[in-house]
Amino acid sequence: MLHRYIKLVAFSTLLLIAAGGMVTSTDSGLAVPDWPNTYGQFMFSFPLERMVGGIFYEHGHRMIASTVGFLTIVLAVWVWIVEPLRWLRWMGVIALAAVILQGILGGITVLYLLPAPVSVGHAGLAQIFFCMTVALALFTSPGWKAAQTPVDDSMLRPVAATATGLIYVQILLGATMRHIEAGLAIPDFPLAFGHLIPPAWTLGVAVHFAHRLGAVLVSAAIIALAGHVWYHHRARRELVRPATLLILLVALQVTLGAYVIWSGLQPIINTAHVVNGALVLVTSLVLTLRSFRCRFAPTPGTDARAAVPGLLARKPVTSSPRI
Amino acid sequence: MVFNNLRLCAAVLTAAAVAAGCGRGNEGPPAAATARPDAKRVDPATAGTVTGRVSFEGTVPQFPPIKLDSDPACAAQHPNGLPVDTIVVNNGGLENVFVYVKDGLGNYYFDTPTGPVTLDQKGCHYSPRVFGVRVGQPLVIVNSDPTMHNVHGAGNVNQQFNFGQVVQGVKNTRTLTAAEVMMPFKCNVHAWMTAYAGVLPHPYFAVTASGGAFELKDLPPGTYTIEAWHEKLGTSSQSVTLAEKDSKTVNFSFKAS
Repeated sequence: MLHRYIKLVAFSTLLLIAAGGMVTSTDSGLAVPDWPNTYGQFMFSFPLERMVGGIFYEHGHRMIASTVGFLTIVLAVWVWIVEPLRWLRWMGVIALAAVILQGILGGITVLYLLPAPVSVGHAGLAQIFFCMTVALALFTSPGWKAAQTPVDDSMLRPVAATATGLIYVQILLGATMRHIEAGLAIPDFPLAFGHLIPPAWTLGVAVHFAHRLGAVLVSAAIIALAGHVWYHHRARRELVRPATLLILLVALQVTLGAYVIWSGLQPIINTAHVVNGALVLVTSLVLTLRSFRCRFAPTPGTDARAAVPGLLARKPVTSSPRI
Repeated sequence: MVFNNLRLCAAVLTAAAVAAGCGRGNEGPPAAATARPDAKRVDPATAGTVTGRVSFEGTVPQFPPIKLDSDPACAAQHPNGLPVDTIVVNNGGLENVFVYVKDGLGNYYFDTPTGPVTLDQKGCHYSPRVFGVRVGQPLVIVNSDPTMHNVHGAGNVNQQFNFGQVVQGVKNTRTLTAAEVMMPFKCNVHAWMTAYAGVLPHPYFAVTASGGAFELKDLPPGTYTIEAWHEKLGTSSQSVTLAEKDSKTVNFSFKAS
């Protein structure tokens, strides 16, 4: 039940990221000039018929964010009550703190007229919060808790972690590009002003080109990761499935990236690129966490907590270890 | 004791004044500009005029009307959509070009007008789209629409501001405190709404009307750089020398990029 609920929170967070993507893509970030009120009115009593134009996106984003915030309060309390593992309980609390901080960052960026560092921070924390909800969903899933011998591959772990880290950096680069309005700083694709390397450089061109180079790096890392999984762990469905999904998602992501340029930053394509980027990140995260599962998982007859120093449970794990 | 209290009051008032100065936006008039000791005023008896025309070469780009479905109040005012007015050409003349004296005025001193310039939001469209305003002159921003607008003054030199106008007929006054060519204004509720203000410390500017004509009156004798700015077509500059009571013609031409 808790696992299903956290999946709902994770899905709501993805919806929230989509709504935030539409705010930036439609340039609606300042359509509601005040915060936390909306045009001087209490946020939840703002009339629906006044949600026109950019207000629809900005106020809608705030409403979905408030819903996710409420869902996260319930999540934190629920996890705290139900889960015996101290680190998991604290992870729920940290997720709540992250969503509160995220709301405050959103308010600051509106009140200070969208300073790029704050807006990029808002975008980056959104991804971290999404990762936390997906990780919580994974840690509470039956598959994670099942007593199956986990994969212990010392090569897979760094490859997967590196891929996840690269994807996150790539998302931050993309967010920076969006918030300094450099999405069309290089107007053609796959070339750059008709060349392989841009012939002239500005900050916008540099960030944009870095995002393109980042796409090549990330794609290579994901291909290496998926190839490793397919070659060495073909029988492990819990690894093969996210690895295959990663390849499909990254192919879709590159295609969407190209269409973002060709369409001249069409808002829906732009937002689809943002949302799919988040899916690439969490898919890689799931694969990474599963590659580290042996570090968490107990072997029969031993206490799970002994495997990871510091991951102390509130009460002793006996016959049914919950990790 | 009384002296200490007075000092405390003075300190509090000073801090409040500093805090107010640091605030975003500027609703009140700026402090009066101080003339340089060697500043001089224009002698109307010797002043001349620069007139001219901004023409457009090539095929005028055609854009479909903007759909306003995202706000029924806007759509009701433009049932067939809002015509795109970024490049408007009549008889070969380009409209909405901001023409101004960019350089050459030296140390002339000009009084700041107290009368306001008005920027109206009517039909979910800024009117005028391109305008000039003096540094320190009141700028009145009006919402004439039966819908909400936000007004984002997106200055690079001037302090940015963003405020909402909920009620039809509401007016807000802002004062721009620094020269800036051009300062954009944007409504994020209606993404198509954009206006540009040329903020200058002198009165020598004009916006081309129908036919592309402009006139810069009462210019003192001297050599000037005249610049023409268009939001899509960029800028073009020319130098002109005026003798006493002189009249010169300066024409500009923009091509479709």
